[in-house]
Amino acid sequence: MNEVAAKNSETSAVRRFLINLRETPSRFYHTMFRSGKPESDRTRSTFIFGNVFLHLHSTRVHRWTLKWTTTWRLGIAALSSFLLTLITGVLLMFYYKPYPDVAYDSIKDIHFVVPTGRFIRNIHRWAANVMVVVVILHMVRVFYTAAYRRFREFNWVIGMLLLAVTLGLSFTGYLLPWDQLAYWAITIGANIAQSPREVTDALGITKYIDIGGLQKLILLGSEDVGEEALIRFYLLHVMILPLTLTLLVAVHFWRIRKDGGLVRPIDADLRLKPEPGLYPVFTQEPKKTYSLGAIVRGKTPQINQGPENTLPAMPHLMYAEGAVLMLAIFICVLLALFFDAPLKELANPGVPENPAKAPWYFLGLQELVSHSAFMGGMGIPAIVLLGIALIPYLDRESDGTGEWFGGPGGKMLVLRSALFGLGVVIAIEAFTIHYGWIRQWWPKAPQLLITAINPGTLLTLFYALYSLWLVRKYDSTRAGALGLFTCFLAGFIVLTVIGSYFRGPNWDFYWSPSQWPGH
Amino acid sequence: MTTQPKTIEQVKRSRLDPEPIPRRDFLGLAALWSAASTLLFATVGMLRLPKAAVLPSPSKKFRVVLPESLALHQPFIPPGRSVGLFKAETGVYAVSIVCTHLGCIVKSSASGFDCPCHGSRFSQDGSVLRGPAPKALPRLAVNRMCDHEFIVDEGEIIEASEAMA
Ligand code: FES
Repeated sequence: MNEVAAKNSETSAVRRFLINLRETPSRFYHTMFRSGKPESDRTRSTFIFGNVFLHLHSTRVHRWTLKWTTTWRLGIAALSSFLLTLITGVLLMFYYKPYPDVAYDSIKDIHFVVPTGRFIRNIHRWAANVMVVVVILHMVRVFYTAAYRRFREFNWVIGMLLLAVTLGLSFTGYLLPWDQLAYWAITIGANIAQSPREVTDALGITKYIDIGGLQKLILLGSEDVGEEALIRFYLLHVMILPLTLTLLVAVHFWRIRKDGGLVRPIDADLRLKPEPGLYPVFTQEPKKTYSLGAIVRGKTPQINQGPENTLPAMPHLMYAEGAVLMLAIFICVLLALFFDAPLKELANPGVPENPAKAPWYFLGLQELVSHSAFMGGMGIPAIVLLGIALIPYLDRESDGTGEWFGGPGGKMLVLRSALFGLGVVIAIEAFTIHYGWIRQWWPKAPQLLITAINPGTLLTLFYALYSLWLVRKYDSTRAGALGLFTCFLAGFIVLTVIGSYFRGPNWDFYWSPSQWPGH
Repeated sequence: MTTQPKTIEQVKRSRLDPEPIPRRDFLGLAALWSAASTLLFATVGMLRLPKAAVLPSPSKKFRVVLPESLALHQPFIPPGRSVGLFKAETGVYAVSIVCTHLGCIVKSSASGFDCPCHGSRFSQDGSVLRGPAPKALPRLAVNRMCDHEFIVDEGEIIEASEAMA
């Protein structure tokens, strides 16, 4: 007879019931956190891998990863701002009504009547903006540390998709209030989707293949902008895109974990100084290696390699992550307290605003679109996204992996590319602003010519040629990648700045908004 | 005689590295392919759904009375419509004022029409003067009912030559 049974026979069931009742809180706690308090390294590890949310973390992280300069914690910052938009977004759904007649009023209610509604809406908007900024910065960080290399190529592609979904979420988001900005953004967005007609019309084949028309029809659910369009964008904004994003984020993180954490230079261990703190670091040379054939690549622990130099993730990484989350909340709350999310007049299908400007992250695109709808709105973005997505497949060198501006040419190359990128984009824009473009010189010019040769396409061409030249000059694909990415970044920044500050009524160029003609 | 342990080379395949499929797994393959093709067709079928089937397209015809005082080649824009009506020597014509670039509503100006969104300019008769617009503003069908009363059809684009009423 075992102990429990013996005990059971001594006490009555009623007593046992009372004892169980008394012990329930502590038992409940133990069943919830099965590992006990995370006090030793062992329980800290179980704390992480026994938890469905945390098991994407490795239980130990390399000390290189923990340096701020490795990542600036941008990935976690992006996740944090996403969580903020997610929670505030759900709260807004209590009051928002996705129907043209009432959408605008429901936003007004949220802003002026609902307790804390304005605050929550402001946070939602600011967190979304922070997310766009941080996602871009994160991509820049990953690129310049060459962290897209071997085994991680596909994760880079997932990252591109995440960027696209983030922008999609932002776009569908500012359509919902159904104010002037929203209405004309939908109109322009839907017509960009229709812009392949610019080409099919010029070729005279729209009757047979009308990709543009189909895309517009699917997006709007109707021939005109109206209630169907609003419902569709609402569905995208609150269901399809957030779910897609969540799924992609999960894959993104999972793969980082499976690729052995964040990228670091091969000689990271040598370069790290000894850990000064209290925590023991795994530093022993492995005595034995084990082959886990058919399950993992290579041998574990890795052969012929020095100390592992890892620390438990539980306090080190997780506290840093907590700090980043707090920082994100702090920034968004601060911005939300001082700057209100805008709400323009009610949508007016008869009169667009002048100038009708998109939010800042699309102004570069708007500048391109002002040269050609099809190339600016679909062609060039597709080329740029494809170009960036292909970088890890085209650059398969290993020099400088895990280092800022690593690779042949390094910092100087990046600096020179930045100057080149800035120079070309400013020159082309200045030329266009000053002298106009083909249509002005020759109003009868065939549209195909303008679609093919416009300031946007020329810019892309110059950047591509420059990066090819770099590949040859340095005899290195990484040099080409550095040049290409830097140029695109410079182009994006300059176009965005021009769109934001130097375009006025009728998309004319003005040195400052104070020179805008009254209208 | 002692038995020699088999060397690794003799074991051609382990359980984790099974032999090529055809012989044993015909049924498995059949299941796989049928599942894949079902999914493919189902996806294509589902994609058919979001393509708008119900098109609430009300007639785009409307009646308009031109003010008698309207000067020649002066646009008259009926409230709530995106059409400009013009009197010419030979009659009246109608021009759509939806920009052919990305659908903003153009504003009439001294030279014709200006688009606020990306700076396209059109002349009085709708042809492109500047900017990204790929096509001229289209002419719309107009019919004269009586003296100053016209029926315009925003949905019917016609050739500029036959556009007088
Ligand atoms: S919509 Fe008129 S110029 Fe773009």
